[in-house]
Amino acid sequence: MSTPVLDVRGLAFAYPDGHQALFGVDLHVHAGERVALLGPNGAGKTTLVLHLNGILEAGAGSVAVSGLPVEPANHLEIRRRVGIVFQDPDDQLFMPTVRDDVAFGPANLGIRGDALDTRVAAALDAVGMSEFAERPPHHLSFGQRRRVAIATVLAMDPEILVLDEPSSNLDPTARRELAELLTALDVTLLMVTHDLPFALELCERSVVLSGGVVAADRPTAELLSDAALLHEHRLELPWGFSVEAALRSARDRPDQPG
Amino acid sequence: MGSQQGPHLHVEGDSLVHRLPAHTKLVGLLAFVLGVVALPSSAHLARLAMLALAVLVVAATRVPWRHVVRRMVVEVPFVVFAIVLPFVATGPRRALGPVTVSASGLEAALTLLVTATVSVLTAIAFAVTTSTRDLVRALQHLRVPDRLVQILAFMVRYLGVVTAQSQRMKVARESRAFEARTVRSWPVIASSAGALFVRSYERGERVHLAMMSRGYSGRLPVIEPLRATAGQWTLALTPAVCAVAAGAAVLVSGWGS
Repeated sequence: MSTPVLDVRGLAFAYPDGHQALFGVDLHVHAGERVALLGPNGAGKTTLVLHLNGILEAGAGSVAVSGLPVEPANHLEIRRRVGIVFQDPDDQLFMPTVRDDVAFGPANLGIRGDALDTRVAAALDAVGMSEFAERPPHHLSFGQRRRVAIATVLAMDPEILVLDEPSSNLDPTARRELAELLTALDVTLLMVTHDLPFALELCERSVVLSGGVVAADRPTAELLSDAALLHEHRLELPWGFSVEAALRSARDRPDQPG
Repeated sequence: MGSQQGPHLHVEGDSLVHRLPAHTKLVGLLAFVLGVVALPSSAHLARLAMLALAVLVVAATRVPWRHVVRRMVVEVPFVVFAIVLPFVATGPRRALGPVTVSASGLEAALTLLVTATVSVLTAIAFAVTTSTRDLVRALQHLRVPDRLVQILAFMVRYLGVVTAQSQRMKVARESRAFEARTVRSWPVIASSAGALFVRSYERGERVHLAMMSRGYSGRLPVIEPLRATAGQWTLALTPAVCAVAAGAAVLVSGWGS
């Protein structure tokens, strides 16, 4: 069995004010997998994400990324390996131009000159934002800013891409474009989301985090068909949505349009 | 959607002034303004010559004059003060049309007006030809403390975001029939300001998290260092050299008095 990209074992964490958010989380993600992390608000999803690159330190248990334990001595390498895209792109994009922002991560890793330019160009190309390199981030639309936020992380050449609510606040077109973009990326993906159809479209496997523990870990289609499980953890499919119909239409059009 | 454009000073262009590296322009601007301010008070001719030079510099940016004139509004307080000065200053009086004014006050007012105009014009020439990004790089290059540079860079970046947030809160207040008319409404305004502060503080924390997630370790990386040739430095410092030379000439020869 290969070393998992993400290896979380018995992770527990309490905030300094005493509120305990995680009670022993076990999660393995292998290279090339696309996993959705589902769960109601307050389930500890964001807390878990902040452990993956060592922003929060495990109270108990351990996190390792491709075999490298997450601990202060390894922070820089861990932060290269784990690329987190936060929910609000305004939090993620803080440099004066798109190009500088995408260069921020690799520059922190010590990359300069032509190698840096190549990385920035490749990352912007991967999200289809090359022509906006010189623009200030705050002049872009919300969907464009989200794509640039993904590029800022891709430029660090991560082993796993972690997305926090990637489809939130997007209009339907931007949401579809983002789905196409993520499908086209050849990376290991962990996606925190409430958007169950989005999870079904992009991730073959889903994990439900509820009450600070992993409550379910199954193929997405099977998990979303379990009405009792969804109800128990305050998850709901949109009105009128049918998992079978969605899978059928995906089978009828095996190639992504456009 | 939330995004708002901040006030725009910078105007795209490809003039001689645009092409100068930002740090040479910044040093040139500061040196020139100091040189003009330090001119002896009696050097009226030299001061007017510097005014002409400042006009030339602005003309060299090839930015439309209406744009420049609109930016000159910042000078208004100085103008008001300069107009008042001759009437309130003491000392020998002289006739100026139908009124009599203080002679020394009039001289001081004219000096103030010309000096302020020269400074504002040159500062505008700098601002319209330098992008925020280049300003930040220039300050980094000139070894301004990194923390101050970062505060400036983040202020520019988030001014629009915070303004938009405050605007949304204002709309939300007014949508519930709130009108800020009397002293009684002050507590509402104050708690809104408090909420805005807390939200900005929380955003600051989130931005910091996002920065650390990309390997930030306390310093903004210098991605493309600025470089300037001797010729570019010479050009940028020319106005300052002119001001110092004019001042020296006045002091040595008494010319202009």
